[in-house]
Amino acid sequence: MNIIDLKKVVYEYFRRDDEGNVTGITTAVDHVDLSVKPGDFIAILGHNGSGKSTLAKHLNAILYPSEGTVWVDGMDTTEEDKLMQIRQTTGMVFQNPDNQIIAQIVEEDVGFGPENLGVPTKKIWERVEESLKAVGMYEFRKKSPNRLSGGQKQRVSIAGVLAMHPKCIVLDEPTAMLDPAGRREVIRAARALNDVEKITVILITHYMEEVIYADHVYVMDHGSVKMEGSPREVFSRVDELSALHLTVPQVTLLADRLKKSGLPIKSGILTRDELTAELVRIKSGR
Amino acid sequence: MIREITIGQYYQTDSVLHRLDPRVKLIFVILYIVSIFLYRKPLPFLLAALFLALCVGLSKVPFSYIVRGLKAVVVLMLFTAVFNLFLTPGETLVAWGGLKITKEGALIAAFMAARLVLLIISSSLMTLTTTPTQLTDAMEKLLWPLQKIHLPVHEVAMMMSIALRFIPILLEETDKIMKAQMARGADFESGNLLRRLKAMVPILVPLFISAFRRANDLAMAMEARCYQGGEGRTKMKPLRYKGADTVAYLILMVYLAAVIAVGKLT
Ligand SMILES: Nc1ncnc2c1ncn2[C@@H]1O[C@H](COP(=O)(O)OP(=O)(O)OP(=O)(O)O)[C@@H](O)[C@H]1O
Ligand SMILES: [Mg+2]
Repeated sequence: MNIIDLKKVVYEYFRRDDEGNVTGITTAVDHVDLSVKPGDFIAILGHNGSGKSTLAKHLNAILYPSEGTVWVDGMDTTEEDKLMQIRQTTGMVFQNPDNQIIAQIVEEDVGFGPENLGVPTKKIWERVEESLKAVGMYEFRKKSPNRLSGGQKQRVSIAGVLAMHPKCIVLDEPTAMLDPAGRREVIRAARALNDVEKITVILITHYMEEVIYADHVYVMDHGSVKMEGSPREVFSRVDELSALHLTVPQVTLLADRLKKSGLPIKSGILTRDELTAELVRIKSGR
Repeated sequence: MIREITIGQYYQTDSVLHRLDPRVKLIFVILYIVSIFLYRKPLPFLLAALFLALCVGLSKVPFSYIVRGLKAVVVLMLFTAVFNLFLTPGETLVAWGGLKITKEGALIAAFMAARLVLLIISSSLMTLTTTPTQLTDAMEKLLWPLQKIHLPVHEVAMMMSIALRFIPILLEETDKIMKAQMARGADFESGNLLRRLKAMVPILVPLFISAFRRANDLAMAMEARCYQGGEGRTKMKPLRYKGADTVAYLILMVYLAAVIAVGKLT
C-alpha cells in the first residue's frame, strides 16, 4: 500500500474583497496525481509560486482538497476523527526555522509533539534522546534555539517531528534560508532518516543539487506536475527544465553543453565524478 | 541598544535557584514583591535588599547581566521619581519658581526608586532562572482551580511562554528594520515628540506585518505537531516538589516573618 496517494487533487485560493465577495480564484494545485511508496525519498521541484507549499499542506491535513482526494497511509484526510493520526503519520518541517520552534530549550521543543500526543513522561525522554541523536544535535539539548545556527535549528525541527514517530516526513524548502554549510547539514540529516530509519521523505526544494539522491523527482509548474522520473531522467531534459525556470546542477549543464557540441557523452550526468569518468572513457576510446 | 533588554529571558547555567520548582519561585517572587511594598522604612528595605543579594549570588547569573535589564526601565524610574519629587505636598526643601521639592517627596521618590529596582531585579531573577515552559507549567498548576470554571488557563499560559520566546526574535527584527530605515535617511533622534512618534510608524508597520506572519506560521507548525490545547497533553517535565523546595518555602516564611517583625518594631 502507498503511504501517500493523491488522486486528481485541486486546490483553489479565493481572493475576497472587504465584503467577503469572491473577486478572484487562484488554482494553486491543479489536478495532481501522486503516489509515494513507503521508504521512498521523493523530491518536488518547482519555481516560486508553482504550488509546492500548497500541495505539501495537503499531506498532513492543514489544507483539504477543493476537488479530488488525499490518502495518507490509507486514511482520507477529510475524515475528521483521523486528524491526529494523519498528522502523526506525516510530519512537517517548514521553511523558516524561527517560526516553528515553540520552546526555549532544544529538548523541550523536541518534546512538544510527544506531549501533544499524550506520550507518558518517561517515553517522551527516550524519544527526545533518540531523535536528537538521529540528527546529531544531542549535545545541544540544553541550549536555547536562539543560539543555534540556521542549519542546527532546522535539525532540531526535524528532531521535533521525528519524536512523534512519523512514517513520513515532508520538508518544505527546509534549506531556503540557510547558507551552503547549513544546507548540507540538513540534507544529510534528511537522507540519514531515509537510509537508517527507513522513513519516507518528501523534500520540497528549488536547489537541484539536493535532489540527486532522490528515488523519484516531480517537477511542478502552475499547480500541476510537468515532469517526473528518476533524477537522471529528469536532469537529462535540460531544455525543458530551463523552460520551467529551473537551473540544473552545473556539472549536468556542462555535460549537456559538451554533448550538444558533439561529444558522445551520455545524458543525465549528476556528479563531477560521473562527468570525469565519461570524459576519460571518451578520451581513451578515441 | 534595543537588544540589551534582558527581562523575561532565561540564563542557562546550573544553580540551586535553577533547580527549584518553578511554583516555588513564582510564589516567592510574588510574596517578595508584597514584602517590599509593606513598609516605608529603611530597615525592612535593607533586609529585602540583602536577601535579594543573597539570591542573586546563589543564582550564578552574573550581576552585570541582571543590571543590563535595569537600563530598560530607567526611564520609568526617572518618571515616577520626578512625579513624586515635585507633586508630594509637605515640608519644602528646595523651591524653584512654581516648583518645590518637599522632604516627603524626596523620601517617597527614593523609596519608589528603590522598590522598582528590587522589583525588577527580583522578577528578572525569576525569569532568568526559569525557562518559559517551566513558568507556564507553574502558572497552569497554580491557577488550576480557575480551569474548573472554564477560564482558558492553559491557553493563556501557552501564549505567555510563546511571547517570551519571541521577544528576542522581534527585538532583533526591530533593530534590523531601524537600521534599514536609517540607511534610507530616516531620523529617529531629532525633532519634537510628535515628529519622533511619526518616525516610528515605518518601523511599527513592517514589524506588525512580520509578527502576524510569524504568528500564522507558528500556529500552523503547532497544529502540524498535533497541538490541540491542554486537554490530553502529558508533560515532559512534570512538576514535582523536592526536599529543596520545602526548604525554600521555609526560608520564604522566615524572611517574611523577619520583614514584618523589623517593620513593626522600628
Ligand atoms: N494564503 C494564500 N491566499 C491566496 N493565494 C495564495 C495563498 N498562498 C499561496 N497562494 C498562491 O498560490 C500559488 C501557489 O503558492 P505556493 O505557496 O503553494 O507556491 P510555492 O511553490 O510553495 O512557492 P515558493 O517557492 O515561493 O514557496 C501562488 O500563486 C500563490 O500566490
Ligand atoms: Mg513554498
